[in-house]
Amino acid sequence: MALRFEVLGRFNRARAARLTLPHFTCQTPLFMPVGTQGTIKGLTTDQLEDIGCQIILGNTYHLELRPGSQLIDDLGGLHKFMNWKRALLTDSGGFQMVSLLHLADITEEGVTFQSPVDGKPMLLTPEESIHIQNNIGADIIMALDDVVKTTITGPRIEEAMYRTLRWIDRCISAHKKPDVQNLFGIVQGGLDPVLRDICVRGLVERKLPGYAIGGLAGGEDKDSFWRVVAQCTAGLPEDKPRYVMGVGYPLDIVVCSALGADMYDCVYPTRTARFGTALVPEGVLKLKQNAMATDERPIDPSCLCMVCKNYTRAYLHCLVTKDPMGSQLLSYHNLYFMMRLSRDLHMSILEGRFPEFVRGFLRVQFPKGDVPKWVLNAMEVAGIDISECCTPTK
Amino acid sequence: MRYQPGLMRNGIKHLLSEHYAGLMHALLWTWYDVKAAGQNTLGVVVGGSSIEERKRCATEVSKRNVSGFWIGGFGLGENVEERCNLLNAVTDCLPSDKPRLVSRLGLPEEVLEGIASGIDLFDSTYIHQLTMGGFALIFPVDMVEREMQNGIFNDSAGDLTKINLRTTTYRKDTSRIVDSCSCFTCQNHTRAYLNHLLNVHEMLAQILLEIHNTHHYLHFFRSIREAIKIGEFDLFWKQFVENRRSQIAAAVM
Repeated sequence: MALRFEVLGRFNRARAARLTLPHFTCQTPLFMPVGTQGTIKGLTTDQLEDIGCQIILGNTYHLELRPGSQLIDDLGGLHKFMNWKRALLTDSGGFQMVSLLHLADITEEGVTFQSPVDGKPMLLTPEESIHIQNNIGADIIMALDDVVKTTITGPRIEEAMYRTLRWIDRCISAHKKPDVQNLFGIVQGGLDPVLRDICVRGLVERKLPGYAIGGLAGGEDKDSFWRVVAQCTAGLPEDKPRYVMGVGYPLDIVVCSALGADMYDCVYPTRTARFGTALVPEGVLKLKQNAMATDERPIDPSCLCMVCKNYTRAYLHCLVTKDPMGSQLLSYHNLYFMMRLSRDLHMSILEGRFPEFVRGFLRVQFPKGDVPKWVLNAMEVAGIDISECCTPTK
Repeated sequence: MRYQPGLMRNGIKHLLSEHYAGLMHALLWTWYDVKAAGQNTLGVVVGGSSIEERKRCATEVSKRNVSGFWIGGFGLGENVEERCNLLNAVTDCLPSDKPRLVSRLGLPEEVLEGIASGIDLFDSTYIHQLTMGGFALIFPVDMVEREMQNGIFNDSAGDLTKINLRTTTYRKDTSRIVDSCSCFTCQNHTRAYLNHLLNVHEMLAQILLEIHNTHHYLHFFRSIREAIKIGEFDLFWKQFVENRRSQIAAAVM
């Protein structure tokens, strides 16, 4: 095990913790931006530090394709290659394959797919995935799991869950650097509580450094989503970090944190920036709208980031339709927003004012009091009273 | 100005009168601009490839109340000697206490030639084009560096002015673009990383390259200013040209 996880404060299920990794000491809850190809689109590592990023993600599939994990290893690992001094996490490569590739097929051996370079059939096994991730050298590496969309039903889900458990053992055996890289297992099982329970218990038996909740954020309804998160966080050990993969929207992060999750990743903030959308406390601000052309306010007057201090909505409006600089500036702001959210979650839990923070957050997002039902239900389980944020139902 | 076929016989006169018309237009606009703007306005010096017209235009515009001079019509494929003669003809007729700007001269050699003719300001898309092509400037920017580089010829995929970081030569090159460069890119990143970013079409590639190229180019200008201040511009220029010649000679061999 190459990490230390210390819970510093709580509110019911929510926790504020210190996560010490080989390259950086982090504060959770935290959001991890996705730097697919060894870079977060258009931002320098300096800027990422200014923004407050603690851990960033690299995609194993893309990095193995170009420049290749062997080259990265030869040059001293991904940290050195991209000159990122803080923490890194790599995914297993499995998800990308299933979602990106033609004819990706999953067998007991691994994920078979067509090479995007020359069309040859290729195979990604648990062993190969771990080997590639060992080469890349991230602080946290993910087990290869049999990931199934939550919108699928039937025996495939059960098959995938049991296979994930068999594969975790192969991942553990193949892992050559457990003293500097932390292998996280991923809980699968679709939306079925029985399957999820079996998977949680199976993974916990293996005493891994940390656990992820996978297979969500794929189009399932929000009510099912929060219930799976709640069930898993209840079953996973208190003293290990919990990572909900693919989440997401600020609202989802607040709810999951209330339910006891610690880490999140999503392409949403950076991807939506490239479409000209900025994240603000009220929700989103679409810079491409005509009204923005003459609006001389910053994106968010309450935001202290470099973009909000130096640029107006009007200027950004010009850029986002025409120049890559527009998406670079919006990515900067959006990531700053997510880091600010992470900090607010950590500090409010630590300082014993988490419920007030949640209420304040919901009030700004839902000024008319139309908080969605699933949030109400989730907060009830989390033990947070948000009745004053909601208009009374007749 | 309308084309009048009847003047074919007096073709030369016609051509001259075109220049003249151009000159008159330039003067007229300058007059209007100066009146209208009332602020820092640059007078425009045109005249094509005619030494006479260039001189005439420069002389006339100098008489107006302008803050400086924009010298147009260069960087369009003219030959070096012609350009130098024309530039000298122009600057000979301009007051020495007002700045002169030329557009479209961007190559280091062109800049040096322009400065030798008395030009103060340059604007061009040189840096942008380099960056978009994946090139990074590496030519030695001061005399000391050039001394050191004489006799050292690397096999980079480019000449010793610039390297093309897209080429596979740089896949595993963990050195900086320019070892002694203090720009953000050279202080933080390697040629290998830039090669990767270019190959995967990441925006960060252009950002980092533009930072380096701009920094390097501006450093070149600073070195020129320092050389001029200590009266060594001619030596600087000569050394630069000789350095380039010997590189090209070595590359050929």
